[in-house]
Amino acid sequence: MFLDFFLLLKNDGFPVTLKEYLTFLEALDRNVIGYDPTDFYYLSRCVMVKDERHLDRFDRLFSAYFRGAQLADTERFMQIPLEWLRKNFENVLSEEDKQMIRSMGGLEELMDRLREIFEKQKKRHQGGNRWIGTGGTSPYGAYGYNPAGVRIGQDGGRQRRAVKVWDKREFRDLDDSVELNVRNMKMALRKLRVLTREGVGEELDIEKTIDRTSKNAGLLDLEFVPSRKNNVKVLMFFDVGGSMEDHVELCSRLFSAAKHEFKHLEFYYFHNCIYEAVWKNNARRFSEKIPTFSVLNKYNGDYKCVIVGDASMSPWELVYPNGSVEHNNDEPGLLWLNRIKAKYPFTVWLNPVPQDEWRWTESIGMLNDFYEGNMFPLTLSGIKDAILALKRRPGHHGASRLPA
Amino acid sequence: MKFKGTNDYIATNDLAVAVNAAITLERPLLVKGEPGTGKTMLAFEVAKALGKQLITWHIKSTTTAQQGLYEYDAVARLRDSQLGDERVNDISNYIKKGKLWEAFESPEQVVLLIDEIDKADIEFPNDLLLELDRMEFYCYELKKTVRAVKRVIVIITSNNEKELPDAFLRRCFFHYIAFPDRKTLEKIVKVHYPDLERKLMNNALTLFYSVREIDGLKKKPSTSELIDWIKLLAADRMAAGELPGVDIEESLPPYSGALIKNEADYEMLEAIRRRFRR
Repeated sequence: MFLDFFLLLKNDGFPVTLKEYLTFLEALDRNVIGYDPTDFYYLSRCVMVKDERHLDRFDRLFSAYFRGAQLADTERFMQIPLEWLRKNFENVLSEEDKQMIRSMGGLEELMDRLREIFEKQKKRHQGGNRWIGTGGTSPYGAYGYNPAGVRIGQDGGRQRRAVKVWDKREFRDLDDSVELNVRNMKMALRKLRVLTREGVGEELDIEKTIDRTSKNAGLLDLEFVPSRKNNVKVLMFFDVGGSMEDHVELCSRLFSAAKHEFKHLEFYYFHNCIYEAVWKNNARRFSEKIPTFSVLNKYNGDYKCVIVGDASMSPWELVYPNGSVEHNNDEPGLLWLNRIKAKYPFTVWLNPVPQDEWRWTESIGMLNDFYEGNMFPLTLSGIKDAILALKRRPGHHGASRLPA
Repeated sequence: MKFKGTNDYIATNDLAVAVNAAITLERPLLVKGEPGTGKTMLAFEVAKALGKQLITWHIKSTTTAQQGLYEYDAVARLRDSQLGDERVNDISNYIKKGKLWEAFESPEQVVLLIDEIDKADIEFPNDLLLELDRMEFYCYELKKTVRAVKRVIVIITSNNEKELPDAFLRRCFFHYIAFPDRKTLEKIVKVHYPDLERKLMNNALTLFYSVREIDGLKKKPSTSELIDWIKLLAADRMAAGELPGVDIEESLPPYSGALIKNEADYEMLEAIRRRFRR
C-alpha cells in the first residue's frame, strides 16, 4: 500500500529509508489516524520527514502524488469497502446532497447503482475514468465524486482544505539542499584539537592515586586531575563581499560549525585580500576598522590561522601597493599575507571555489604557491586535509621570499 | 487514549497526529521549532492529558548518555571498603540510577522528556540509539539487563544547535512546530487569559505580527513572549490604550522589552524608525 508514494519520494532523492516506510504502514495498520486525508498527510509527514529543511520538498512531492492519485485508476474503486465510502460521504456531503440522496432511495441504493454504472462504463470504454467524476448533468450529479476518497468534494468540504495544507508550502524558508552540512563540518573540525588539562580537578588520576595510596600504607588517598579539554586556538579570516557572495551559504555554515567546535575562536573579515586593516562587524566595516598589526600583536603564534576566501582577484591586488579595489594601500597584499604567515606558522587557506576551477584564476595559483600547497577546497575532504596540515609540525613553513 | 491538547495547551491537528502516532507505535517523538513555541510544554501536557507520570531529563553540554542510564560510584565504594562498612558487599549500593532507568523500571507507563538534546555532545544521540529503540540496556556492574516494564513515551526537544545523526532520526517521529497562525494564536492567548478584552487582543496581535514581520530580526518574538507581553498590557490599561496608535515604523510599542530580547534587534528597530522619519 502506498508503495508508489514511497517510491516517488525515494526516486526524487528524498532522504527516506525502508524503515520509515514500514513504520508508516505500521501506523496505518494500527489506526493512528481515521479516514481523513489531512491526517493522512500529517502522519506521513511526521514519519517520513526528519528535518524541517525537507518539509517543503515533502509538501511538493506529496502534492504531486496526490494529484496523481486523483487521476489514479478507478479500478480500485471496486475494492473499496462500503464502510469506507459511507464514512467519507457523511463527512463531505452537504445537507442538500444528503437530502437528494434520501430522495433517490438512500445511500445503499445509490451505491449499488453507482457500482452498476461503473461496471457498464468499464465494458463500454476502457480506462474512461472521468465518467462518474464529471457527470454533472446526469441525475447522478450529486454523487459525481471519485469515491476513492481523493477527488470527492471539490467545492468545499474538508478535502479541499486538506490539499491546501500541503499546497501552502509553509516551510519553504527552511529548505536548503546541502551536501556539506554543519554536522559534517563539526565532525571534521573536531579533529583539530589540542587537549590540555586546566582548571579544577574532577577526574580521578588513577596512577597517582595508586601511588599515593600505597605510600599511605594502603589507606585510600585520592588524587584528581582536570579533565582534558580541547584548547586549540583558532584565528579565522573570512573574505566577504564581491565574488564571495556566491559562497555565503557555505562560509556561514563553516563559521557556525567552527564557532560551536572551538572555544577559543577569533574571527575577522576582509575583502579580497588582507591589508593593513580588517573588521569584526560587517555592518560597520568602514567605521570600525581594526589594524591588522594589532591583530597580529594580540594573538600569539600558537594560534592556528585559517583564511577563508576565494582568492580570486587581479594579481596586482596582491603584488602592488595601491592595488586594492577598495582603498589605497601603502603596502602590497602579499606583504601582509607574509606577515601573517610569519607570525602563525600554522596557516591554511580554505577556498570555496571548486578545485578543478582553480587553474582558471591566476591569483589562486599564486596564493597556492605562496602557501606551499596549503590551500584546500572548502569541502569535507578539503577541511580534513587542511586540519592535517594545521597539525603538522612547522618545518618548511614561515615567511617566504616575496616575488620581486 | 488519544491526545487532543488540553485545557491549557492548544495542539494543532498535525501535532496531535504526531503525538498519537508516537504513542501508538511507541517510538520517540522529536519536536523542533522556534524557541518559545511550547516544545517543552508539550511533554508536560501529554503527561497530564494521559494521566501519566512525567520524568524530565534536561540535557546540558556536559551531560553524557551514561548519566541517563546509571552512574557507578567506585570511589565511594573504595572508601567504604577501607572503613569496613557493611554496604560495600552489595555493589548496587553504589549504582545511582539515571532518568532512563527510573523511567524503565516504573510499573506504570511514564512520559520521559529529554529536553534540548542538541545541547549535549554531538555523539550523545548515537549513544542512546539502542536504549531508546529496544528500551533496555545492560548494567555491567550488576551483570543484568534493565528492561522497560512498560514502553516509555519519549518526547525529545531540540533547538537545532547541532544536527542530529541520521540513525537517530530514523528511529524517531518528527514534528516541527510551525509558528501558529493568527487564529491558533488567539486560541492560545485565550487559554492563558480567558477574560481578555477583544479589542486589546486584536490590537496586541496586529502589532505583534508586525514586529514579527520585520526582516532580519535575530530573535523573532514568539508565543511565550506574546503571553508575557499581553500580561503586562492587561495590567497597564494606559499602555494598552496606546496600542492602536503605535506604528512600528514610527515608535516602539509599549513594554517592547518583553517582545525584543536582543540589543541588535533594538538597533534594527531604531534603524527602521530613522529611515522612515527622514
